Amino acid sequence: MFQTILINGIITAGVYALLASGFSLIFGLARIINLAQTAFYMLAAYFTFTLMTLLGLSVPISTIISVVMTILIGLAVYWLCIDRIREHETTVLLVTVALAMVSQECLFITFGLYQRSVPAFVPGFWEVLGTRVSYQHLTALGIVAIVLFGIWVLLYRTKLGVATRAVAQDREIASLMGINVKMIYLTAFGMAVALAAIAGVVVAPIFSLDPFMWVHPLLMICAIVVLGGLGSIKGSILGALILGFVETLVVFLVPMGSFIKTAVALMIMIIMLLIRPEGLFGVIFEEERL
Amino acid sequence: MRRIFKALQGEIFAIPGRDIALLLFLFLFFLPLITTEPFILRIATFANIYVIFAVSWDLLCGFTGQINLGQALFYGVSAYTSALLNHHYGLPPWATIPIGALVAVGIGSIVALPAMRLRGIYLALATLAFPIVLTGIVFAFPDFTGGELGISGIVPLSLSRSTTYYITLLVMLASVFVMWKLTDVKSKMVRVGIILQAIREDEITARVSGINTTRYKLFAFCVSGFFAGIAGGLYVHVMRIAGPSTLELMTSVNPIVWTVFGGIGTIYGPVTGVYILFPLLEFLWIVQEIRILIFSILVVIILLFMPEGIAVWFRDKIESTCPRCKLQNIITRRTCRACGAELHLIKQSR
Repeated sequence: MFQTILINGIITAGVYALLASGFSLIFGLARIINLAQTAFYMLAAYFTFTLMTLLGLSVPISTIISVVMTILIGLAVYWLCIDRIREHETTVLLVTVALAMVSQECLFITFGLYQRSVPAFVPGFWEVLGTRVSYQHLTALGIVAIVLFGIWVLLYRTKLGVATRAVAQDREIASLMGINVKMIYLTAFGMAVALAAIAGVVVAPIFSLDPFMWVHPLLMICAIVVLGGLGSIKGSILGALILGFVETLVVFLVPMGSFIKTAVALMIMIIMLLIRPEGLFGVIFEEERL
Repeated sequence: MRRIFKALQGEIFAIPGRDIALLLFLFLFFLPLITTEPFILRIATFANIYVIFAVSWDLLCGFTGQINLGQALFYGVSAYTSALLNHHYGLPPWATIPIGALVAVGIGSIVALPAMRLRGIYLALATLAFPIVLTGIVFAFPDFTGGELGISGIVPLSLSRSTTYYITLLVMLASVFVMWKLTDVKSKMVRVGIILQAIREDEITARVSGINTTRYKLFAFCVSGFFAGIAGGLYVHVMRIAGPSTLELMTSVNPIVWTVFGGIGTIYGPVTGVYILFPLLEFLWIVQEIRILIFSILVVIILLFMPEGIAVWFRDKIESTCPRCKLQNIITRRTCRACGAELHLIKQSR
């Protein structure tokens, strides 16, 4: 029981960490609240399903194609929709929700309301401390860890990362230093979508897929980024660990837990906000008096 | 009589936006005489209710700048309160709806007190959580709240369809009028409107100017909650069922869609948004399979080209504000109808 909770908690937390750090990245950088973040996650999962189960392609090819396709869609969405309305905050909010609805409806029309599943990428399991841990879960963990480390390297050890962080700190000065701000926004949005896409591909064999699978993670990542502090990737990862484990504990230990798991996680967020309104690692944007 | 006509001519006929508003009002008022089709009357009734709901959201978010993504909280609390009072104690609708709205205000102020510490997007994301937490509570006590099925068998507002329609229409007009007056910057009766908009523009400056911003934000939360609660109570008595759908995410998103579509930060914006989008969504039943798809694509496209909302965009096309006396004029006029100043100087110089 304990081991099951542990392994499931880490998986959930890892997926949330990927989604929330993408959400946080693009918010911290461009003040874009991308509520379609989890729609990209859903799209990637469905691409994997289509390529693997329906077209019968092999695992590496179908996962790579899924991620690339999702990133391309994400960039197109940014180019066509979000870029031109960036100034209107609530409009961005609404357009991203509407886009998520569009993808939900497209999937609903194409695949119906059935719950779909993808076969495990790596079959088999590993017996540890009396519990079976499937290789699939371990692979998922490995991918999540590598991707999070990769994002850290990208942001803190490369020139692109320096430019990105400079834009996040002060857009105008960064622009004066010769950084192409629009290009940075585009790449950051691409990165955020890539994180979501990888999360979607990773969960495809673990969770079941249905056209409404974007709603619950969206609520969770909202709670996570508020808990961790908006715009802080470190905070998002820590928030994801906390809420991922809380969710798993509630599901496993409380009767009818799956009904109230969201409520419990959001309660924690609210209590946290009462104690520390800017979140764990958040900064108050006091100087932003528009 | 002639004076009234003069006033009408000056204040309404001269401004095309108000002409349209007057025509819409007349149309709504005589709708049950034009058609008694139950389907259309039902849509119109719900549209009236949703106008209250959308305008209440706009009061809080568009005018005061407190982005609330959980407006369903007020709506759902009032819906459930009205339903429980009606179901268990047999209170009639004219009692349950105000009590429900007051309970919504109570819950709203409990929620708003911690929310006062949050600003901007933190507030938005935190408020998103509240209705969902409440949904969890509803599911946790299925004996009392009816769980997933909700509470049914509620007394209808009135037995005849057109009476129901007129009740919602009148409540809608009264509510919108009150909220319009409360948010009106030029209003001489109440000073609240300009203060709320000052808080939206710059909260710190408003506080520096000696305004107790916390009190006014709380006031905005309560007023918004009250009217959202009225909408929730009306909905329950028209729909005759109160289920968890009144608390779900879509119920919070809908007023945002209507308001931002019509034009945020205006009263006519959400009204236009509801009367365009809600019937549109209902009439798309003919292509039921893809109606939400068409609807969402339409919303995206229109917002991409008119990010300030369709009503604001349209108003800019047909009206222009006099640069000297700030009076609205029809776009075809060269000079202001009151002070004679040149209207299109800025556009010509471009």
